[in-house]
Amino acid sequence: MLRITCPHCGARDELEFSYRGDATVTRPGPDADAGAFHDYLYLRRNPRGWQVEWWQHNGGCRAFLKVLRHTVTHEVRAVAAATETLEVPGA
Amino acid sequence: MAGYSGFRVLTEGLRGNTGWKPAWRKATPKPAYDVIVVGGGGHGLATAFYLASVHGIANVAVLERGLIGQGNTGRNTTIVRSNYLLPENNNFYEHSLKLWEGLEQSLNYNVMMSQRGVINLFHSDAQKHAALRRGNSMRLNGIDAEILDPAGVKAMCPIIDVDNGRYPVLGGLLQRRGGTARHDAVAWGFAHAADARGVDIIEQCEVTGMIVEGGAIRGVRTTRGEIRAPKVGLAVAGSTSTLTAMAGFDVPIETHLLQAFVSEGLKPLIDCVVTFGAGHFYVSQSDKGGLVYGGGLDGYPSYGQRGTLPTAEHVYAAGISMIPALGRLRGLRSWAGVMDMTPDGSHYICKTPVHGLYMTAGWCYGGFKATPGSGWCHAWTIAKDEPHRLNAAHTLDRFREGRMLDERGNGPYFWAH
Repeated sequence: MLRITCPHCGARDELEFSYRGDATVTRPGPDADAGAFHDYLYLRRNPRGWQVEWWQHNGGCRAFLKVLRHTVTHEVRAVAAATETLEVPGA
Repeated sequence: MAGYSGFRVLTEGLRGNTGWKPAWRKATPKPAYDVIVVGGGGHGLATAFYLASVHGIANVAVLERGLIGQGNTGRNTTIVRSNYLLPENNNFYEHSLKLWEGLEQSLNYNVMMSQRGVINLFHSDAQKHAALRRGNSMRLNGIDAEILDPAGVKAMCPIIDVDNGRYPVLGGLLQRRGGTARHDAVAWGFAHAADARGVDIIEQCEVTGMIVEGGAIRGVRTTRGEIRAPKVGLAVAGSTSTLTAMAGFDVPIETHLLQAFVSEGLKPLIDCVVTFGAGHFYVSQSDKGGLVYGGGLDGYPSYGQRGTLPTAEHVYAAGISMIPALGRLRGLRSWAGVMDMTPDGSHYICKTPVHGLYMTAGWCYGGFKATPGSGWCHAWTIAKDEPHRLNAAHTLDRFREGRMLDERGNGPYFWAH
């Protein structure tokens, strides 16, 4: 069971949240070619270790959040608002 | 190596069972092979078996990080079926099902293949139409499919609560040729048969690097030294991204958790495989009597091989909705496997951007039933350096080319399939 500390609502159970994908990929600009959109939509690093992810607090404030989580231990180390930057340890 | 037979069971029984030998050799790695298969699960062992038996390439090493049968081969719910909608998928899975039907003779190994029937229940008109469409697609491609009405479901599996007030059962899509097989025996059988044809099965040998020179694979670095080969096949579902990153490219895969459960042993209760249409739940009964059941993904990426409780709770709740009698049942064990989830829910058996490097990957949570077909197509692709028509659509490039194989129309979300 994960506990995720929402910056707006405080520590909550994972049942209030939904995983919404890898937060390290960035949508290309409108002039980018199809290849850039392919990479954005489909290619993933899929790291075995720390990953910055989108989670939506859809059982609370409904905000999209960035979460730094470990994909082996499931440890949640940092949670931030969508506009902030989270650094991956050792990256 | 002596074969297995009923006569041999009898004669060994009379001799105190002293004549049995290990089912495969403990091979030590040679410096070079014609083909290296990374991953000693069902798919990797099947690849090696079909390379040796169909294509005459027996100078093959199968490299396994742990021991045979410890990965996803030993972590699934043993269901075999080919009830898919899209022709690219149902033709592939039907080929796999036909291989299953003759597998025990091919391998000289009892994999306890049991064609007990697979029923997908539906609970609304929309689900019924989707089931009819899928059944029709199967029949158009020569695969058996039948639609059951509620009385037909009740006759085949009386324990199901057909008159459920919240989720009434309107019927089911039945594939009689579907069923279950013994998962460990599948790994052992392929290992036994590949080994008998000269394949080296090398356990506790983890790949730590890929040797790529001039855009072509030359071999792998392992915890037991460097091993060279002009062709390398990856069959490492769950860890595919880790290995392709070593070779210098990313793939459309996210690794997710899927849990499964087994109950205490019971007298015969369910003699087919049933999936619930109104929640994530499916169930069959093993030969030991335990119910084997599971549900959907936990929902976020993980390599942890252990699930979390909210998903377990959902599985039990859905199971009790379908079969209220399960409320009295005690769970015995639960476990989780790591799944290569793809953006369209279909798999990859293909060449890769590195020349001589091939892969069978992206099995989402449907890898077990594919075991022989995956190995067969992967072996073909490796041997001929081009895909068979059964896996020609299952490439990494299909998203770039706009031909996704999205069985359920869920869109490009890895966790939605």
